[in-house]
Amino acid sequence: MAAARVLQAGGCYRRRPLSSASSSASSGSGRAAERGERPDSVGLGFRPPAHSHSDWIGPPDRHSNLRPVIFYVPPEESALERRLREARQEAQASNQRFWARHNRAFRQEKEEFIYSRLKAKGLEMRDESGQKATLNAEEMADFYKDFLSKNLKKHLQYNRDWYKRNFRITFLMGQVALVRALRWLRRRKKNVEQ
Amino acid sequence: MSAARSCRPPRALAGLFVWHLRNTGARQIPCRFVHLHHVASNRLITFQYFNFLKRMYVTQCNKDLSQRAKPKSDSVVSPFHELQQLDQEKKFVNKISSVSPVHQSWSEMSSRKELREIKSAAETEDSVIPVGAESKEDRQWKEMKLRLHDLPGILARLSKIKLTALVVSTASAGFAMAPVPFEITCFLLASLGTGLASCAANSINQFFEVPFDSNMNRTKNRPLVRGQISPLLAVCFAASCGIPGIALLTLGVNPLTGALGAFNIFLYTCCYTPLKRMSIANTWVGAVVGAIPPVMGWTAATGSLDAGALLLGGILYSWQFPHFNALSWGLREDYSRGGYCMMSVTHPGLCRRVALRHCLALIGLSAVAPVLNITTWTFPVISLPINLYISYLGFRFYRDADRSSSRKLFFCSLWHLPMLLLVMFTCKKSLVEKEDKGWQGVCALPGRCHPALHPALLPGAASPAFLQGRIAPGRVWEVPVAEVGSDPSGWKKCSRTSYLQT
Repeated sequence: MAAARVLQAGGCYRRRPLSSASSSASSGSGRAAERGERPDSVGLGFRPPAHSHSDWIGPPDRHSNLRPVIFYVPPEESALERRLREARQEAQASNQRFWARHNRAFRQEKEEFIYSRLKAKGLEMRDESGQKATLNAEEMADFYKDFLSKNLKKHLQYNRDWYKRNFRITFLMGQVALVRALRWLRRRKKNVEQ
Repeated sequence: MSAARSCRPPRALAGLFVWHLRNTGARQIPCRFVHLHHVASNRLITFQYFNFLKRMYVTQCNKDLSQRAKPKSDSVVSPFHELQQLDQEKKFVNKISSVSPVHQSWSEMSSRKELREIKSAAETEDSVIPVGAESKEDRQWKEMKLRLHDLPGILARLSKIKLTALVVSTASAGFAMAPVPFEITCFLLASLGTGLASCAANSINQFFEVPFDSNMNRTKNRPLVRGQISPLLAVCFAASCGIPGIALLTLGVNPLTGALGAFNIFLYTCCYTPLKRMSIANTWVGAVVGAIPPVMGWTAATGSLDAGALLLGGILYSWQFPHFNALSWGLREDYSRGGYCMMSVTHPGLCRRVALRHCLALIGLSAVAPVLNITTWTFPVISLPINLYISYLGFRFYRDADRSSSRKLFFCSLWHLPMLLLVMFTCKKSLVEKEDKGWQGVCALPGRCHPALHPALLPGAASPAFLQGRIAPGRVWEVPVAEVGSDPSGWKKCSRTSYLQT
């Protein structure tokens, strides 16, 4: 289910106390009941206060530099709103996967490059004072150029995906906002009539 | 511009503003108003100069002692009270459990008790440390709710208000250089329209680039990255700035300026932004984006696209290259990791060659200005020193290809352009030479009048250059006697033009 995938990737959502005790217990051992531990929140290290009806955004992730969002699930969530939330969760998960992997690869390849260059120069990774030896910017430029050209295709694919997702999410947000606005207007009209 | 905030570092000078070096990596349109920049350990200090950013406090960012103003968010306090209480309870419970073994009997179980004591003491310690770290982490979680009093600041950052201000000032430079009488309403409308168009373009740019901005140091504090505003709101804001802005330019100024504004928004958002991640051609597209605002200013004033507009655009186009190429030299790691195709990463030799080439082009373009009657001949002469200096720095950058030469070139470009524009303005060729006036014509049409309806000259005579295509309601223009003759009867005139003999 999307929930499990999302949990793995570090995105998570929480439900209001009234609706979900049973469903959360039933949908897997990973998630405990509402009042008590929230394993997904614990995974992210944060539990939003129960009275809050909005999403919460956290500090940037260590690997991907993206900020995780804990989405709010209202008790009467319409199908449209659920589609929006799931689209956002999916986008968050996909972005997290891509950037975490990409940044890790960058760091790793950078280390390897520095190591190989230092070896070629006959130097050690750490000098006498124990400081990590680095190459200057001009030497690193070869690595940057190489890394960029190697990953260009990956980036083109990711760009396409990201633009599509971004447009879809924004369009859904627009639809949800429109529906909510109409509902509010209808309610006001009813109040005025009464 | 309002003065700097009160909680600024003592090194800063009152009444001046600088902008953050790192912020100038994006498509930077040059500033006319660089008064001073103060480099503090490779960083410039920004001032928030909008009054609605009421509460600010000093933060210590990244363990360095620079002061950075940050708007205070006060909703963070309440949600964490209960968490802190929970933490305190946990500590208390652990204390009790560690105290109780002490009071038990000192039998042979004492050694085991001691072990338990040590363990529970260790547990207490352990529970204290992660709890402390947790609440610090917890404080970094923010509710994604839009607060109205934060909104102006957020929108200012979303629209890159400082960059917008620079764009508007280049447009006003274009307006000022146009050889027509200065009209304040037209000027204000053009500036406002350009500013709104620029806000829209910048917002859409940020909307497209959220995950990439998160990964670059320079841009990781933008509103969409931090979740302070939703993408929907960003798009609505862009639409609500762009549509009125272009409408204002089209209807209030002239359709040509409106078309240029719309084209520029399209070029920036739909060509430059995606192209940044696809090919190095983005730099050239971006240079055109930077060159269009002064052209817009010129067309706003005169209503037509002529050689002077293109020259001014050309000067700005050429300026972009030394400016941007020098800056991007220091950002190669971020560009490489973020997946941006920039010349400095993929074609470093080309990067430096192009920068030098365009520094030299600036000299050439300055020399062309008097030929097109925009400025007098003093302009190339006076501007030669600064053009030679930037070319020299461009040559050093080309030869040395290191960080210090790139920084020198970048800093030079920051003051070079405002100075060049200033010198250009002071050397501007005066509108009408003091000769005998013939006839004054006043167009009384409410809208813009088509040039064809306005007087053509006697057959065989060349029409005065400044009459063609630059008719605006209420504008008064003067025609030299030599060109017209004292009798306007041979002229075709539009029905609502009146003639006054001077």
